[in-house]
Amino acid sequence: MTDVLERPHVEEPEHHGHDAHHGPSGLLKWLTTTDHKIIGLSYTVTSVLMLVIGGAFAELIRAQLASPNGTLVSFAQYNELFTMHGSVMIYLFAGPFAFGGLANIIVPIQIGAPDMAFPRLNALSYWLYLTGSITMLLGFFTAGGAANFGWVAYAPLSNSINTPGAGADLWIGGLLLTGFSAIFTGVNLVATIFYLRAPGMTMFRMPIFTWNMLVTAILILLAFPVLTAGLIMLYADRHFGTHIFSVAGGGVPVLWQHIFWFWGHPEVYILALPFFGMATEIFAVFSRKPVFGYKGMVFATISIAALSLGVWAHHMFTTGVVLLPFFSIMSLLIAVPTGIKIFNWIGTMWRGQVWFSSAMLMAIGFLVTFLIGGLTGIYLASPPLDFFTHDTYFVVAHFHSVVMALVFAGMGGLYYWGPKVTGYLLNERLGKIQFWFLFIGTQVFTLPMYLLGLRGMPRRMAVYPHDPQWKFLNDIASLGAVLIGISTIIFVVNLVVSWKKYPAGDNPWDAQTLEWFTTSPPPHHNFYRLPVIRSERPTWDHNHPEHHALAHGKADR
Amino acid sequence: MKVEAKLLLGLGVFFGLMCAVYWNWSLENAGGVMMFAGMLLGFLPGGYFYWWSRRMKTRPEDDPQGTHAQGAGVVGAFPGTSIWPFTLGMGAFFSVLALVFGIWLLVPGLGLVVWAIIGGTSEGRRGGQV
Amino acid sequence: MPSFGARAGDTTSSRSVFHLWQGFSIGAFIIGAIVLALLAWALVRYRRKGDAIPVQSQYHIPLELTYTILPILIVFGLFAATLVVENKEVANPATNVTINVNAFQWGWKFSYPGSNAVVVGQTTQDPVMVMPVDTNVHINLTSTDVVHGFYVKAFNFSRYALPGIVNQFTFRAVNTGTFFGQCTQLCGLYHSLMFFKVKVVSASDYATWLASFPSASAASAALNAQSGQSATYVPTKVTNSSGVK
Repeated sequence: MTDVLERPHVEEPEHHGHDAHHGPSGLLKWLTTTDHKIIGLSYTVTSVLMLVIGGAFAELIRAQLASPNGTLVSFAQYNELFTMHGSVMIYLFAGPFAFGGLANIIVPIQIGAPDMAFPRLNALSYWLYLTGSITMLLGFFTAGGAANFGWVAYAPLSNSINTPGAGADLWIGGLLLTGFSAIFTGVNLVATIFYLRAPGMTMFRMPIFTWNMLVTAILILLAFPVLTAGLIMLYADRHFGTHIFSVAGGGVPVLWQHIFWFWGHPEVYILALPFFGMATEIFAVFSRKPVFGYKGMVFATISIAALSLGVWAHHMFTTGVVLLPFFSIMSLLIAVPTGIKIFNWIGTMWRGQVWFSSAMLMAIGFLVTFLIGGLTGIYLASPPLDFFTHDTYFVVAHFHSVVMALVFAGMGGLYYWGPKVTGYLLNERLGKIQFWFLFIGTQVFTLPMYLLGLRGMPRRMAVYPHDPQWKFLNDIASLGAVLIGISTIIFVVNLVVSWKKYPAGDNPWDAQTLEWFTTSPPPHHNFYRLPVIRSERPTWDHNHPEHHALAHGKADR
Repeated sequence: MKVEAKLLLGLGVFFGLMCAVYWNWSLENAGGVMMFAGMLLGFLPGGYFYWWSRRMKTRPEDDPQGTHAQGAGVVGAFPGTSIWPFTLGMGAFFSVLALVFGIWLLVPGLGLVVWAIIGGTSEGRRGGQV
Repeated sequence: MPSFGARAGDTTSSRSVFHLWQGFSIGAFIIGAIVLALLAWALVRYRRKGDAIPVQSQYHIPLELTYTILPILIVFGLFAATLVVENKEVANPATNVTINVNAFQWGWKFSYPGSNAVVVGQTTQDPVMVMPVDTNVHINLTSTDVVHGFYVKAFNFSRYALPGIVNQFTFRAVNTGTFFGQCTQLCGLYHSLMFFKVKVVSASDYATWLASFPSASAASAALNAQSGQSATYVPTKVTNSSGVK
């Protein structure tokens, strides 16, 4: 049935007719739902499952590297493992977790909307994501094994001569499905944010998380169609006899790298910006202050997105056929808005009341880990230093610092928003134990890899017989990976232990944005009533009317 | 509406400038074409929003003093439950599997897609039941 | 100055890269330390002490401008330093020593135009690229099949070997010795074993080595005898690993 909704009013906590939503239950409810919260929850659960699967691949990779002549898996299996580890983590975990999971749940509530703008399209996004994930993983059950050309699938290694077999085609098919899923979610988010905001919720009153999701969605719309087009070209090369990426037929293999990275670098920010947004919200709430430099934060986000489309070839410095100074300066410039964000995060804590909850600890872990990843990224923006470290473990360590930072922010997001979605808090003590395992594990995992890279260990090596002395650093990194694995187990234990145990109430953190004004979990169309919206912190303004944010110059009253 | 328009137009201008610089400086065309398309993605919807923003009165959500009373009324029609997204998703799934396991899978795949498109569209028109 | 984990390397440009590395590292460590110190100070100084609501300050324009403008200046400084080193590294000075490097799955072929010298080897046969010291050596790098990475750790340098494209660059080694190299870009099953060596020798040794190769017809006859094929090399059958031991 279709609900025609009217705006709720703040003055009358009326008994709204739509909360008692009659519909199917059980499996049929899951299959037919168009509620953004249930779809978002499905996304979250699926993507966390993907995190566990991708993590298991990582542990196998580390086990293989425990010996210079590791024989745990064959060369072919090792190639499949790191290909699928990267693919699962990038395509099936990090992005969908952020823009399909938490954003799907939180963004409509943060702007006072009853649902996403296109609820059925939203449901379609999830089914495409789920079937795409299954398609990609099906490769392991085919005779030739899963895709094994690296998550970047460089042509001509990815053509039908060098990589025959169904695994590679399933990889392409899975990416087509998840790619369309991302595009649809992007369309949905932009339309929701542009058209379904509550009265008074102007663009510059949207919470930073929503801003980041808007910019992420625009980036998705710019970048993902390019990947989809590239995948269709790749499939055509493999099966329809075209020669777009083959030299023999007059094609240009480097074109694949251009297309892939034109999607691939914005993708880095498609992954990162949502998590920046989560961390921003957490820093503000647990410092009991507004986001420091809110407008600077918004412009920094937009600049990161704009610049990110002009930096793709910094992944291709060593091809020798790209414009080095252009991509070098554009990549270096991204450090500026990123730096602004880092200082704003610290500024948010400055003069605050920092509450070390699990979510806040995770956000601090994010900041420290991201700082390391960001600083090492600056090296890689310089072509001579990139020639030196390209395709070594230095690069591997760099992006693992970055993505592990995102895992921290994502975990923080789960501890922070989980109570809103489920109505129940997670165990704080276990959360803190999990944090310390994750934090120490991450640093023990990444720091030796930087050194390995500087000592010349290339990435994607199943064995390293020439340099058995690399074993020591590899073993330390593996120890870190084990600690990270333990932290994941602690998280699962926490989910079980805390199951429906600690009721959260509507606003357990004294948080600031609209989602904390409604009930936990929110009703079918999110709100029975809305507060007056006069800043980006309507719930805070409602709860603390005497503590509005101060304009500049009034900081020291 | 104005802020939305400015955001997209600003991105369009930025990509246009980058496209011009890159096209004249670089050694290849793919990036220039892609940035040109990025510029269009900024200008097309941005121009539409800008055009409308000059012709419509301020929406309550764009009004810093907007009240819920101003926004009272119908927000929009939101579908309840619907099986068609799932059907369409399964159709897409089988169609993609047809790329790998054999063309015959296109029969159920496209069949489900067509069924879902018809079903979903007529559901929208009826405004009602699954 | 500390090395920050890198080595100066054995070519002129590897030393420039090393100095750039040191410069970047000093900047990174200083900025990192400042940020961590600020973070630690904020966390300790402003840890929660009660239920009082702190002052809700949100903007501090001079401070925000400072940490916008300072990074921009730093970035342009880093870019200037990058340009200096980069221009040195990608320059192609005049030279009379040229080596054609051809990567294939999963090995390397080094041929020396103007002479009969050809070195071919695959995986752990470790083919050796011989080059003279203190001389500009021009490398033409390409690939016959997929993308490979030509990486010599001691030269602080890597470059893709791309099919259909010849990449050109110049090494000027400053030390003699044998250096390890390998493929860094995933190229298929035996990527992990696609090794080679670079042997830098004195100019006179280099001339002697070049002269040690028989004439072109004799060389190909020898190859034919070994492989039974008329092609210059056939990766799966070539057993001749290198010209020097």
